[in-house]
Amino acid sequence: MASIDMRNIVKKYGDGFPAVNDVSIDVQDGEFMILVGPSGCGKSTLLRMIVGLEDITSGDMMIGEKRVNDLVPRERNLSMVFQNYALYPHLTVYENIAFPLRLAKADNSTVDAKVKDAAETLELTEHLERKPGNLSGGQRQRVAMGRAIVREADAFLFDEPLSNLDAKLRGQMRTEISRLQKRLGITTVYVTHDQTEAMTLGDRVAVLKRGLLQQLATPRELYENPGNLFVAGFIGSPPMNFLPGELDGTSLKLPFGTVEIPADRAPDAAGRGLLLAGIRPEHFEDASVVDSSRGGSTFRARVEVVEWLGNDTYAYVPFEANDEVREQLSELARDTDSESLRTQLVINLDGASKVREGDEAEIWVDTSKIHLFDPKTGENLTVDREHAGRIPSLEEGQAKAQAEAQQSA
Amino acid sequence: MNNLKNRVGIVLGCLLILVWCLLPVVWIISLSFKSQAAITNGSPGFIPADGAGAGWQNYQDVLADDQFRRAIFNSIGISLIATVLSVILATLAAYAIARLEFKGKKFVLTTALAIAMFPVVSLVSPLFDMWRTFGIYDTWIGLILPYMSFTLPLAIWTLSAFFREIPWEMEQAAQVDGATSWQAFRKVIVPLAAPGVFTAAILTFFFAWNDFVFGISLTSTENARPIPAALSFFVGADPFNRPASLLAAGAVVATIPIIIIVLFFQRKIVAGLTSGAVKG
Repeated sequence: MASIDMRNIVKKYGDGFPAVNDVSIDVQDGEFMILVGPSGCGKSTLLRMIVGLEDITSGDMMIGEKRVNDLVPRERNLSMVFQNYALYPHLTVYENIAFPLRLAKADNSTVDAKVKDAAETLELTEHLERKPGNLSGGQRQRVAMGRAIVREADAFLFDEPLSNLDAKLRGQMRTEISRLQKRLGITTVYVTHDQTEAMTLGDRVAVLKRGLLQQLATPRELYENPGNLFVAGFIGSPPMNFLPGELDGTSLKLPFGTVEIPADRAPDAAGRGLLLAGIRPEHFEDASVVDSSRGGSTFRARVEVVEWLGNDTYAYVPFEANDEVREQLSELARDTDSESLRTQLVINLDGASKVREGDEAEIWVDTSKIHLFDPKTGENLTVDREHAGRIPSLEEGQAKAQAEAQQSA
Repeated sequence: MNNLKNRVGIVLGCLLILVWCLLPVVWIISLSFKSQAAITNGSPGFIPADGAGAGWQNYQDVLADDQFRRAIFNSIGISLIATVLSVILATLAAYAIARLEFKGKKFVLTTALAIAMFPVVSLVSPLFDMWRTFGIYDTWIGLILPYMSFTLPLAIWTLSAFFREIPWEMEQAAQVDGATSWQAFRKVIVPLAAPGVFTAAILTFFFAWNDFVFGISLTSTENARPIPAALSFFVGADPFNRPASLLAAGAVVATIPIIIIVLFFQRKIVAGLTSGAVKG
């Protein structure tokens, strides 16, 4: 049991490219921390630096109170589940799980008791004598977890452990991992690119992009108060809608018409010219099914496509955007590993809605949930800093502003 | 009908290949059971004719011969030591080549290949001179050294191909599990590369066991003379009348260890041992 404190961690490869750039994350004792981001954001590199499989270029990696930068993996007492499981194919399931104990020279009765116990927890008892080659994907995954929990490690590290499983099994294993972590109460760092895993498993989530920490907050804070355009676009499925807008006083001019936003929503957003308004699909609704007392604004738009999924209905509404906005949105799409083909709104409609394809519908929007982003810096102008966790880019801005204030004083 | 044709074809083909490969061996065995007199007189039958058979007499004579027993002992000893040393060295070298980045890696590999391509005969006379100067002429070590240097390249190439196929994660997992680099190598990498290790071992053993050129030129007495060389010196009571049946028996005896070794190692060469290590 230990906390893991990463202080200004930098990883530069031979060509000088910083794969991880000045990242500071404090993982509390017993906390379930998620590292999430699109491919190439440095999340796996960061995990491998924690466990000691990658050298740290600069910064301090603290486990408990000890600086472990120069320790080899076996001296760090961490256990890790690899993306492809990395089971030892020449050993039985029993010996695979027992491997760390055998290396620690535990006596046979201890090994036996612990392996049996771990196997029981993971429902592997009947497979103990089999070889990994004869197991299914989910079973192999559990063996890999067994090997991790059998030892009293200071922390668990998971490197995209579920990405090789099919969707149904992934859901089951996700709850299994969550249950196991709660039961053992052990510090966990979990790398994933899947935001469902990130949102459901983590106590806190660290969002990374191109080696930089974007925001470190609880899943709810991330969803409700994204620190910048990237986090807003990355977290949530289907993703947040971004519309060009101009704020004049409290009236926001959107492609579909003007909506009024609450005055306290964005005190310093007015007069900045072109902004990007971020609205989540569920903050739109078919106006005919909304209770008029809920406030908000309505506008009329032609619905191009309707997708009915049973519990949800998605309506797609195309809109025109100028080149600057389009450029910004396609860059965002690249950053989040997705692709933007056309500028369109995704609207999550109530199941009771009768809107059909081609209809001109009255759409309601919850204006109190609109976020406004500066299209140049990507900064969220409406962020509630009290409830947004840590946003390093803002901290730097503050530090700089403070330093300037001190200088001038 | 088609199926039947196929099967008949396969059986016929196999028979043809077997006859082609095994006829000399079978003929040697046949010879080894004939008496010396019968061979001198000409004994064309495969099964010894009445009164021409020698039973196990030739084998008893061969095994009773001190020179022959000594040669067998030399051969087994020299080949085994050369194989073990060569495989150990090759395993370490191949691991380094497959896993580590170091200067001169290409150089090591090309040099190894160049050595393997060097004609053995051209080295015999310099080695003869050198070994006499060093005082290891006509000793075991004098044969083990050239055997090792000629089998190492092949062993290194074979093994590094095997090592390269083992996923990196295996080793990293072992290190995270608490293994030192050496433990990870010994407990995870070597067992996984076992088919490669045994392949290399068989190839090395064959080379050492079958070598004739070094065996006959770097030895002078039965002190270190291996079997192939010894057989060529095997002269019976009458120097003008070589004991063909005894030689045949000797050749058969010399083949037996090879067969045993192949059968033993073949079980270890199980392809696809790494399947199931990682999600494919």
